[in-house]
Order: sequence, then structure tokens, then C-alpha cells
Amino acid sequence: MTTITQPQTAEPKGAVNGAKLFNRLCAVCLTLFALIWLVPFVWALITSLRDDASITQSPTSIFAGGWSLDAYSTAWDNHPIGTWYLNSLVISVLAVIFTVAFCSMAGFALAFLRFRGRGLVMAVATAGLMLPTEALVLPQFIEYRSFHLLGTFWALVLPSVAAPISVFVFHSFFRGIPTALIEAARIDGASWWRVYANVCMPICRPAVSTVAILTFISSWNAFLWPLLVLSQTKSQTIPVGLASLVDPSSPQYAEVMASSVLGFIPLIAVFLVFQRQIVQGIATTGIK
Amino acid sequence: MTTVVSTRPAPTAPPTGLAADRPTPSERRAGRLLTAPFLVIYLLFLVGPLLVGVVLSFFNTTTVKSGLGDFVGLSNYREVLGDSLFWESMWHSVLFTLLTTPPLVILALGVAILASRIRRGRLFYRIAFFLPYVVPSSVVTLVFLWMYTPQIGLIPKVFDAVGLPVPDFIGSTSGGWTAVVLMTVWWTFGFNFVLYTAAIQDVPADVYEAAAIDGASPWQQIRHITVPLLGRTTSLVLILQILASLKVFDQIYQLLGGGPNQSTRPVIEYIYDTGFTAYRGGYGAAATMVYFVIIVAISAAWYGLRRRRATSSAA
Repeated sequence: MTTITQPQTAEPKGAVNGAKLFNRLCAVCLTLFALIWLVPFVWALITSLRDDASITQSPTSIFAGGWSLDAYSTAWDNHPIGTWYLNSLVISVLAVIFTVAFCSMAGFALAFLRFRGRGLVMAVATAGLMLPTEALVLPQFIEYRSFHLLGTFWALVLPSVAAPISVFVFHSFFRGIPTALIEAARIDGASWWRVYANVCMPICRPAVSTVAILTFISSWNAFLWPLLVLSQTKSQTIPVGLASLVDPSSPQYAEVMASSVLGFIPLIAVFLVFQRQIVQGIATTGIK
Repeated sequence: MTTVVSTRPAPTAPPTGLAADRPTPSERRAGRLLTAPFLVIYLLFLVGPLLVGVVLSFFNTTTVKSGLGDFVGLSNYREVLGDSLFWESMWHSVLFTLLTTPPLVILALGVAILASRIRRGRLFYRIAFFLPYVVPSSVVTLVFLWMYTPQIGLIPKVFDAVGLPVPDFIGSTSGGWTAVVLMTVWWTFGFNFVLYTAAIQDVPADVYEAAAIDGASPWQQIRHITVPLLGRTTSLVLILQILASLKVFDQIYQLLGGGPNQSTRPVIEYIYDTGFTAYRGGYGAAATMVYFVIIVAISAAWYGLRRRRATSSAA
């Protein structure tokens, strides 16, 4: 990220105070707004740490007491949350590995290699950027059924590999590599495969992390497609499993909130570790 | 970072001058081999469903057993186009788009401008505004359901405290829309915020310096420099938002189940219901195709418009 603009640096003396005041006002508004935005997280966390008796008595009071971790143990005992975690993890990691591998290979070929059908591949992939895949769940379901992929993790991994946006992220990064570097490697006798794996991929670590993180988050969070594909409770992912917890007849608030907290904690961890790459990735792709 | 609006891929001109002459056979082979894995999966699992959908829509397929069923020609389409329930659900998706797009774009722009003027605490703002976006929809729904609970929930209490009438968030149509829109704004506006933030950072600092020397107040700088320079980003954010909102399913399905009385059911849920509750695969596929054509038409129109504007401004 480039440095931020500093509008007040070059101002004449008289205007400084006004601009400063304005900026301070901005800061106050923004901070208030940000605090409001954090309320749902805090609220969920606090509720999950209280017992049901104190929640029923004074639901909105933060200081009503009755602190306990019971909700977490009941949530963990009553639902196969561990299995859901594992499923989500396996699916997301597989999606990341295959997406990074296949899309970077295609991006490399499209950036540096001349071969027959290159223009066609490029055109087809560009058109794919406009396809609203979410709208096609029904035919997708029928197709996967005829391939006997329903109920398997592959059904969740393959769609993310088929996303052309990842190819374009790699493509644009590869094109930033000076061709002299590649020529030199070729003259040294490196095969195209080695140029890809040993020269270009190490340079393109930002692209790898961008694609990896965005793929991870989107496959971890997917809802409709896993809901359709994985019909057994045991094989569900975290988002689908958690959605099945809503039971209006007996609202176990603490337990439900504890499950929600368990649902958002891994993502908060991923976000805090990789927030720079996530934000940069979204800014560079401009498309989910 | 000038790539914010580069949704259009780089031009397909021959990339390098590696060898000015014709590509060697090994180069061609490497090119084909390296693109093959992606291409196979892409054709099978992205283009494939599209073709399957086109075929299905002409048959009386059910989703319970395999096989296409009887050929019915255009009758699925005739039925979809004449089905008031389909058009109602289509309207709900459009209504959702109309209700969410303005707040999501304006709020993101405003907050991004405010954030750009403040040098400290960027990580904090990023966490506060963008963190919700990476949380799964089901978690967001669980938390908000509890916050919307009548009498004891946090949001009814806030409405009460401000003096607004408390809507029946889950049980009534207008309350349901309010609930879904509030939740969606909280959940997703961070994405647009990030796009705007990146674009603001691309505005060169000396533009502001020049304006400040000319005596422009901060407010004038925002109005006459920042906002106009963000025009291209706004058009990108707008179209991405419209396309994303038209595809709404998760929040409405989980928060309201499309209810009460299907009065908030979006079009994807209609397709889901016909395909997986009524098991009418062929009919659902026809509905998919109608909806699909609408979405593609919108994005193609935007694409064409931008192309034309880009070429006319270049000329």
C-alpha cells in the first residue's frame, strides 16, 4: 500500500486549525461508527459466556453476571462441531492447493507461452468472469449427480478451481516479471516447467497468497452449494452445520451464541494474520 | 496500485519478445500442458452446468431420479414466464437490490473518505468494518436472529430507545425486509469500503496540496476532488453490488426462510424450491435460464458501456 494522502501538510497557517478540527471530527465520527459496528461480535461473545438463567432474566445487560463456559461444552457435546471443522478445513485446503496449482499454471502459460488455442483459452476464461455461477446450482447439481460426485468433497473443491478470476490474478502478476529473467533461465537450459516452478512462482508469492486466502475464505464460507451437496449431518461444513442449529421452539441462546463464536473465531484468526493480503487481494482483483 | 478497476484482463497481444521467430514445439507443448488442468475443470464444471441447464430446460426432468425424462419443448419456459410466483420472487430479488445498493455504496464511500483523513488506527477501522465480511452467513444470521428477538433482543431495544416503532422483524414482511437489509449492510459493506479505500490511496497527494494552497477547505476537497476522482470506482462498486445483490439467497433463506408467506422469497430460493422441494428439475432449469439471461444482460450492458466510454475518452 502506498502512503496515505496528507491533505493538511502544505496548508497556510491560518487554515491549519480548521483542517485539524475537521480531521478530529472525522476521527470521532468514525470511531463511534466503528464501535457500533463491533457490537454484534461483542454481544455474541458476551452472551456465549453467560448462563441461560441470567440471560433470560436480563438479556441485554452486559454486567448481569452468571459467567460460565458451560455453553461451549454443551454446544461441543450436542453437535458434531469438531467434525464440521475438519470437513471445512479439508475442503478449503484442497480447494486452495488445486486452485493455486492449476490457475497459476494456466496464468503462466497465458502470460509467456505461445501455443495454438491460446487466444481461445483467453477469450473463454474472460467470458467466464461474467458467468454468475451461483445462479446455476440446479443444473450443477444434476451434472455432479451424473458424475457421482454428490456427497464427496470433490464436489466442493472443483467449482473453486474453475474460477477464471484466479487465473487472471496470476496472469497479471506474471506479466510484471521482466522477460530478460525468463530468457536468461531459458538460455541456462531450464525447461519451461522449471521456469514456472523455480523462477516465476517464488517471485509471485503475493499472487499466491492473494489467491490462496480468498479461495480459502470463499470455500470456507460457502453455504448454498454445500447445503445441496452434503446431505448428511456428519459430512457438513461449519456454515451449513451451524445453520441447522436454529430452533425457534427452544432458544438456547448461550449455546447458539457459543456455536456462533466457534464459527467466527477461525476466520477472525485468519483475518488478523493475513489482513494485509486480504485487503490487497480484494483491491487488486476488484472481484470476489 | 492502479489496478482497482482492472476487471478487464490485460490485452491479448503477444506477451514477450522471447524469440522473435515462431514458437518452438516445446513451447507449444508446454503451453498446452500447463493450461490443460485448468481448462478441463473449467469446461467441465463451469461451462458444463450451463449446457446441462440449457438441455434440462427442454425436458420434464425430476431431481429425484436420474435420467432426463420426456422432451417437452418450450412448455417449461411458457410455464415459468406465466408463473406469477416466479415473477414475485424475481421482484423480491430486485427489491432487495434496490434496498441494499444505495446504503452499501454511499456508506462505503463516506466511511472510506473519513478513514482516509485519519492516519492512526487504520488496522482498527479495517477490523471493525471488514471483519464481518469474512464471517459465514450462517454465523451472522444466528447472531442477528438473537439480536432481533422481540422484547429481549438488542435491536428492538435500540429502536425503542430512539423512539422508533419496533417492527416485527421476523414475522412481518416490512419488518423482515428491514431485518435483512440491516444485517446485509452490516455484513457486506466492508467489501466496498476496501475497494474505495484502495482507490482513494491512488489519488496523488499533490492534487490535495495544490487545492489546499488555493485555499480549498477539507469539505471542498472532498466534494470537488475525492468524489469526482472516484467516479470509475463508483461505477465498478455499483455494478458489483447490483450483481451480488441480485444473487441474494443465504441471508433471506436463513433469517426468514423466504417468509412470511413467501413474501420475501428471492428468485434463487424459488429455483431451489422448485428443484429440490418440488423435485421439478426441468422446470427449475428453465427458471434458472430466464434468471441467468437477465443477470448476463445486466453485466454485458455495463461491460459494453464501459468499453464505449473508455474508447471515446481515449479518442
